[in-house]
Amino acid sequence: MPDIAIEIENLTKEYPFGFLHLRKKTSLEGLNMQVETGEVFGFIGPNGAGKSTTIKLLMRLIFPTAGSARILGKPISDVEMHRDIGYLPEQPYFYDYLTAAEVLDYFARFHGLTATDRKERVARMLKKVGLETAGKIQLRKYSKGMLQRVGLAQAILHDPKVVILDEPMSGLDPVGRREVRDIILELKRDGKTVMFSTHILSDAEMLCDRVGVIVGGKLRGVGAPGTLVDMKTQGMEILFELKGTSKAPLLSKATRTGDCYRLQVAEEELYSAIEQLRAAGARILSVSQVKATLEEFFMNLVDADRAQAAAVEVSGK
Amino acid sequence: MRNAGVVALNTFREAVRDRVLYNLVFFALLMMAAAIAVGQISIGIEQTVIVSLGLSAISVIGLLISMFIGVALVSKEMDKRTLYALLAKPVGRWEFLLGKFAGLVLTLAVNTAVMALGLLLVMLYVKHSLVRSDAAVLVAVYFILLKLALIVALALLFSCFTTPLLAILFTVGLYIVGLYVQELRNLPVEVMSPAMSAFTKWLSYLLPNFENYNVMAMAAHGRVVPGALILQNTLYTVVYCTIVLTAAAAVFSRRNLK
Repeated sequence: MPDIAIEIENLTKEYPFGFLHLRKKTSLEGLNMQVETGEVFGFIGPNGAGKSTTIKLLMRLIFPTAGSARILGKPISDVEMHRDIGYLPEQPYFYDYLTAAEVLDYFARFHGLTATDRKERVARMLKKVGLETAGKIQLRKYSKGMLQRVGLAQAILHDPKVVILDEPMSGLDPVGRREVRDIILELKRDGKTVMFSTHILSDAEMLCDRVGVIVGGKLRGVGAPGTLVDMKTQGMEILFELKGTSKAPLLSKATRTGDCYRLQVAEEELYSAIEQLRAAGARILSVSQVKATLEEFFMNLVDADRAQAAAVEVSGK
Repeated sequence: MRNAGVVALNTFREAVRDRVLYNLVFFALLMMAAAIAVGQISIGIEQTVIVSLGLSAISVIGLLISMFIGVALVSKEMDKRTLYALLAKPVGRWEFLLGKFAGLVLTLAVNTAVMALGLLLVMLYVKHSLVRSDAAVLVAVYFILLKLALIVALALLFSCFTTPLLAILFTVGLYIVGLYVQELRNLPVEVMSPAMSAFTKWLSYLLPNFENYNVMAMAAHGRVVPGALILQNTLYTVVYCTIVLTAAAAVFSRRNLK
């Protein structure tokens, strides 16, 4: 198996719009990215950033304006490539006149499985996604979360080497999200490559070996969640308790929750701040380092993108 | 090709579960009413009335199913996005289209066969016996099925590049024009310029000829339908459907989904 499971080169997607389709909107701009074999790769970005566009391009549901991609060494135009790939669409919807077991059996037929094999795999998948008791109910009676589970089951039904999931946690309750996380980790343990898109950063931080951050159709960073952000300490946070009132000047900078206060100070000011607080009668509960999170990194990019878009709009006027 | 078969069987299952075949109840009631009425009002022309009415009903019901469901075959899958998971499997877009076409034709074949059986039973009830020449009714039913297959192919083609409403309008329009292909071909040349005459002649060969499928009068009067016409219509349908489906596959394989 190649070391690179998914290889994307200069992938671009423009959509024509306007009366004669003469104007173009760029959804994805020159995306270059690689997903290594056996890793869990998170594709994160706000709504409309280009995550689903990229995944749809990989699945040939839409066609690129420029660029190319290969999965497991095969060009994405090769239909046979799909034998080794599992895909969960965003907000999946299936034939509602079928039961979950029937829809899984239907999809399994395209992978040339025997009737016995199909039956065994369908039962195993239904159990895996927690639908073993609902397998004989028509999908028209399913909730959004249950459809998401069916979607996940059909994506991994044929034991694919690469699994691509578009917003797999969407529509799931906390229990469902936990189960999906467990399935992704299980896939990783089995040596599968998983690429999933999400805008829930905690999921990405928890599951991913690497993440790619996409904003405004452009890839803004790729790396392990911890290395993407500046890991230098950005200050110290003091958590303290103070009963009654005090006129200590530092208190005006603190955030209060009941009797507890949080105060962020520079590293070199930590000890003088603690002395001032103790002098004011405060009881220090904890002191911790403040580090940038993936969320802050992400939000900085989003803010910068919005500011740039606003600047373009103003200059355009 | 195996994948197309899987899609076709599922399309048939969809039609059954969506109660498309319920139209057979309507047909049965219509034929029962006709059988009772015909015995009282049409002395000596029972066969003509029953066969004309039965074949017309088979044709109209089939036309409605083939046009409306034919257009929805692809557009519904795109609107509801049921297509996404399917196309991520090792299935070519042309296989999907072929499967959808075959599935609806299979549905129409079952539907038409049951209605044809109903018609024969009513004929037996009215005439008390069936003769060899009544086989013309079966040929007429076969021609209706060929016609419906062609309509499904056209509806599928139009739904690949336009909205469902426009696709229905295009299909209905082409069907109506196709009923008058012979007239177009035989337009008096003396009232047209040579260029126009050549154009209408070419156009008449390009358009689907639905007139050829109409042998209702022959069947109603128990006349034998020539074997050459059966062969001609069969080949015509196969070739025309192949061309239309190839065009549909060419359009659909380049189409961006939503």
